[in-house]
Amino acid sequence: MLSEIPLSYFLVVSTLMFFIGIYGFLTRRNLITILMAVELILNSVNINFVAFNRYLFPDQLEGHFFSLFIIAVAAAEAAVAIAIIISVYRRYSNIDVERVDTMKF
Amino acid sequence: MDFLTLFVVVPVLTIIGIVFTKNMKQTRLVSAVGMSIQLVLAVALVFMYLAERKAGNAAEMLFSHSYVWFESLNINYIVGVDGISVAMILLTGIVVLTGVFASWKVDFLPREFFISLIFLSSGVFGFFISLDLFTMFLFYEVAVIPMYLLIGIWGTGPKEYSAMKLTLMLMGASALLLVGILGIYFNSNAGGGELTFNIMEIAKVKIPMDAQRMFFPMTFIGFGVLGALFPFHTWSPDGHASAPTAVSMLHAGVLMKLGGYGAFRVAMFLLPEAAQEMAWIFLILTSISVVYGAFGAIFQKDLKYINAYSSVSHCGLVLFAILMMNKAALNGAILQMISHGLMTALFFALIGMIYGRTHTRMIDQLGGLMKVMPILSVSYVIAGLANLGLPGLSGFVAEMTIFFGAFQHPDMFHRILTITAAASIVITAVYILRVVGQILYGPITNEHYLKLDDAHWYERVSTGVLIFAIAGIGLAPLWLSDMINDSLNPIVNQLMQAIVK
Amino acid sequence: MIDFSFTILIPLIPFILFLLLGLTSGKMKPVLSGYIGTLGLSVVTVLSYFTAYQYFFNREAGAGVFEKIIPFHTVWIHLTEKLHVDLGILLDPISVMMLVVITTVSLMVHIYSMGYMKGDKGYSRFYAFLSLFSFSMLGLVVAPNIFQMYIFWELVGVSSYLLISYYYEKPSAVSAGKKAFIVTRFADLGFLVGILTLSYISGTFDFVSLTDPQGALITQGTSLTFMGISALTWALTLIFMGGAGKSAMFPLHIWLPDAMEGPTPVSALIHAATMVVAGVYLVARLFPLYYFVAPDALTIVAYVGGFTSLFAAVIACTQTDIKRVLAFSTMSQIGYMMLALGVSGYGGEHGLGYMASMFHLFTHAMFKALLFLGAGAIIHAVHTNNMNEMGGLRKYLPITHITFLIACLTISGIPPFSGFFSKDEILVAAFESNRFLFFVEYAVAGITAFYMFRLYFNVFWGKSTHYHHTPHESPFTMTVPLMVLALASMFTGFIPFTDLVTSNGEAFTLHTNWSVAIPSVLIGMAGIALAWVFYKKETAIPDQLATTLSSPYKWSFNKFYIDEVYLFVTKKIIFDRVSEPIAWFDRHVVDASMNRIAWVTNLASDQIKGLQSGQLQKYGFVFISGVIILTFAFVYFLFN
Repeated sequence: MLSEIPLSYFLVVSTLMFFIGIYGFLTRRNLITILMAVELILNSVNINFVAFNRYLFPDQLEGHFFSLFIIAVAAAEAAVAIAIIISVYRRYSNIDVERVDTMKF
Repeated sequence: MDFLTLFVVVPVLTIIGIVFTKNMKQTRLVSAVGMSIQLVLAVALVFMYLAERKAGNAAEMLFSHSYVWFESLNINYIVGVDGISVAMILLTGIVVLTGVFASWKVDFLPREFFISLIFLSSGVFGFFISLDLFTMFLFYEVAVIPMYLLIGIWGTGPKEYSAMKLTLMLMGASALLLVGILGIYFNSNAGGGELTFNIMEIAKVKIPMDAQRMFFPMTFIGFGVLGALFPFHTWSPDGHASAPTAVSMLHAGVLMKLGGYGAFRVAMFLLPEAAQEMAWIFLILTSISVVYGAFGAIFQKDLKYINAYSSVSHCGLVLFAILMMNKAALNGAILQMISHGLMTALFFALIGMIYGRTHTRMIDQLGGLMKVMPILSVSYVIAGLANLGLPGLSGFVAEMTIFFGAFQHPDMFHRILTITAAASIVITAVYILRVVGQILYGPITNEHYLKLDDAHWYERVSTGVLIFAIAGIGLAPLWLSDMINDSLNPIVNQLMQAIVK
Repeated sequence: MIDFSFTILIPLIPFILFLLLGLTSGKMKPVLSGYIGTLGLSVVTVLSYFTAYQYFFNREAGAGVFEKIIPFHTVWIHLTEKLHVDLGILLDPISVMMLVVITTVSLMVHIYSMGYMKGDKGYSRFYAFLSLFSFSMLGLVVAPNIFQMYIFWELVGVSSYLLISYYYEKPSAVSAGKKAFIVTRFADLGFLVGILTLSYISGTFDFVSLTDPQGALITQGTSLTFMGISALTWALTLIFMGGAGKSAMFPLHIWLPDAMEGPTPVSALIHAATMVVAGVYLVARLFPLYYFVAPDALTIVAYVGGFTSLFAAVIACTQTDIKRVLAFSTMSQIGYMMLALGVSGYGGEHGLGYMASMFHLFTHAMFKALLFLGAGAIIHAVHTNNMNEMGGLRKYLPITHITFLIACLTISGIPPFSGFFSKDEILVAAFESNRFLFFVEYAVAGITAFYMFRLYFNVFWGKSTHYHHTPHESPFTMTVPLMVLALASMFTGFIPFTDLVTSNGEAFTLHTNWSVAIPSVLIGMAGIALAWVFYKKETAIPDQLATTLSSPYKWSFNKFYIDEVYLFVTKKIIFDRVSEPIAWFDRHVVDASMNRIAWVTNLASDQIKGLQSGQLQKYGFVFISGVIILTFAFVYFLFN
């Protein structure tokens, strides 16, 4: 059944997710929301890898392996990011990304 | 260890010695001893050089040694001297030592001051002994960069501004110069050899004309900025005025000569064809420098500014003579470098002494100092007379050689420029006598001056040595002029061949 | 012929004295420096007289012409391949004559100053500078080449500067010294360019080769011209410009009256007898060159000389400062000397002007020095320079009076004093060559007599002014030189110059031209008579004349406003319109462009720093946009 769904559908979905994620990353003010957008981007890439692997190289599993890597790394990165957000909150008492700009000129 | 590298090693050892000193007295002592040794070496070099020449050694460069540095780029540490370098080394030795004595009372961070000063001088000595373009450039930078600290920390007046302006302009010139040097380097294999930075080898190769036309202005202007070429001279008045005494002495006395020497040794020696073609543009600029500097000096009211503009005028004359490109004029240029170096060092030393006592450099606030400080005042009069080219003092010898050499060109363009430059002797007399009359003669303008003391022993040493050198060259110039003359043959041959081609 | 190498001592001894007295100036008793200076100079004087005697009178019998001898020379510096500068000594008639003149007058001044400058604080300094001057002047006259002459020319200028500004606490003295130096420096620029041109054409500095009538320069000259005039004429005219500056010829004369700020012995030595005649000496030294190759230049010399003598004489008639009268008188008499050279021919009798010029130089040195030293004695007695505050001094200063009178008679050309002989010969030379100039000089002779006796009568006769303290005669040290110089003024007229100093060294005989001699004496006596009438007793005639001829009087009194012209040019034009704009240009245009570059850099930096906003999302945006653009570019170029 999966073979009747063209590859392009999956790619469109992942592209949409990717750009929604980018949009979210660039426009949201809350640091946690930005983190969620980054997760969206990572997941969209996951979909891309799995789709390409399933459709173009069904005998090989590198794409799936890569996807597992990305999930693991995303989890680690989310943990680090949340730790940073908590430190930022302690310093600035809010997590509005536009307030965190002490590293300017 | 070859003899010439000692000129760089001794300052470094002095610096190491200074690091271990604990107070101002020890610092001064170590500096004085170190620089005295340096001067003794310089004098010894003169005698050794003359002895070698007399013994018949007619090589272009004597005491030459070469050490490999970056083999892949063919950068080597090459040293060697000819008569001209020897004379310049002697000049530097004298000026540095007298500068140390003139700074006897620097009490703010004396160690750092003397370290910077001596480090600067090591760069100068290195510049004069090196025969490899890269090494030369390295020492050039070593000579220029400490100026920022010396003026910015120990200076007076708008010192940060002056230090910044001076350093940035000289750095800009160095950037231009580096491009020029690289241009020469990348064209140095025109004869089919390998790329080289060695000056003597590049001189044997004819660098392609379009490269020459591009890089001659760059190198000439690069060195010329340091040699007060109009209109790139503006770092000089503020720089000299804000600098502490010894720094002004060293800068006007020696550093500005790096520009002249470099223009001669690098720009003209290696790119003679372009020099012949483009000399007229720079001749006009240098003639303007000579007259402009002199007229500018008339108007100034601060002693140091007067001397700075006077230096612009005299250093302009050096470049002017170099561009005349015949043997007599080149000889005169070197003599003028030496003469002016000594003279301006003397002037700045005296101005520093006057300022240290009266705390003003404005000529309308000074007056009648001859009565109060006769030795200082008489030294100032002698310095003034040397500046305006009185026979018996070195300025006359240099200027006359330049004028007579330059006049040998049969065309009116060169002649008219020569006469214009010669007219500066009148203008110089005007501002010198004006200053002398204003500050030394006349009634005493401020009764506080009556309590001032005359020159102390270290100041007498400083001025005495310089006056002795100036009068010595003025009265008996033959040994110096002939020593320089013989060493001019290579470059004159280059220039002559360039005309023929 | 004896060995003249000892002549090296003649300039060398004063130089050593200068160094000695200069370096010990504070340390020994002042009086001692006076004695040392005078003693040293008397040795030099004896050597000079000995040289003169040997040179002129001790030759082999039958020797025709006085030849030039060079007992000493050494290479000083090589300038170009061909040109090298030697230092040495040249002995020929005029240089030996000048040795005698300089040392005599200098010795008199040294002795005189022991009295005049006694007690002055800078006494040792004074004698050091006198030695410096003597060294410079002696080196100048014995120069065997024009470059050495230029060297000593400058040294003489500096000695003059140092001595004029001797009373350095007086601003007027300082300013006068500066003016003298700068005016002569300007003239020296012309001299230098002249030497440059001359040496380029001839390839040598040496006088003997330059002026050799059979030498290359005179026989072949040069084909170089500039603006239609031969380069040699240019060179010689420019060289004359240098001479005109030193000799205070119009219009380079403005420094001489101001130079009277110096002590009177200095005025006597430098500005009357020796330095100011350097210009005349220079033209005489190069005379064969002038005559053969650039006669136009010689004409200029004659007319400048003639004009100056008339100009100065007219001004001298109205001046009230006795030293200034004498200064203008010097200018006028030097004009005579220049004129005599200008109208002279060459060789034997034709060289009458040359001989007369040198003769007048000799006699003038003596009587003018006497006049100045006498003026010094007068000033020493009454403490003022203004002749209106003097009168009847003949009662108080008998020796000064008699010697001064002798000098005035000499300068007026009354026989048998020396001035008559020398001035008369100049008049004859002019009479024979250029009638116009002859009449000018003839008139000047009369005016000279008039203003000199105006001075004499005003000071020594007239109303006996009431003096604060009774004037007393000067001490022995001051009156002895006066007497010696008076004797010289009386008897040097009898020296047979025609045998000794001529244009080409050969002697000739002179026949008195009574048609010139008698009228010259008559006009001199007329001048004296006019002055007698005006000034011997206090009368109203001079004042009435001054008011009726008020315009000419004002012009003369204000020295024809030449100083004001110079002041205008230097202050308003050079200082305000050239120097100030240049300084302004340097600070506000050249410097400002550097500052502007810095400002532009700062501005750019300000703008760019906005990129560094610290905003995470902005950075992210830039990053992502960059990636997208690069991706598209990559894809585009990959598939094209």
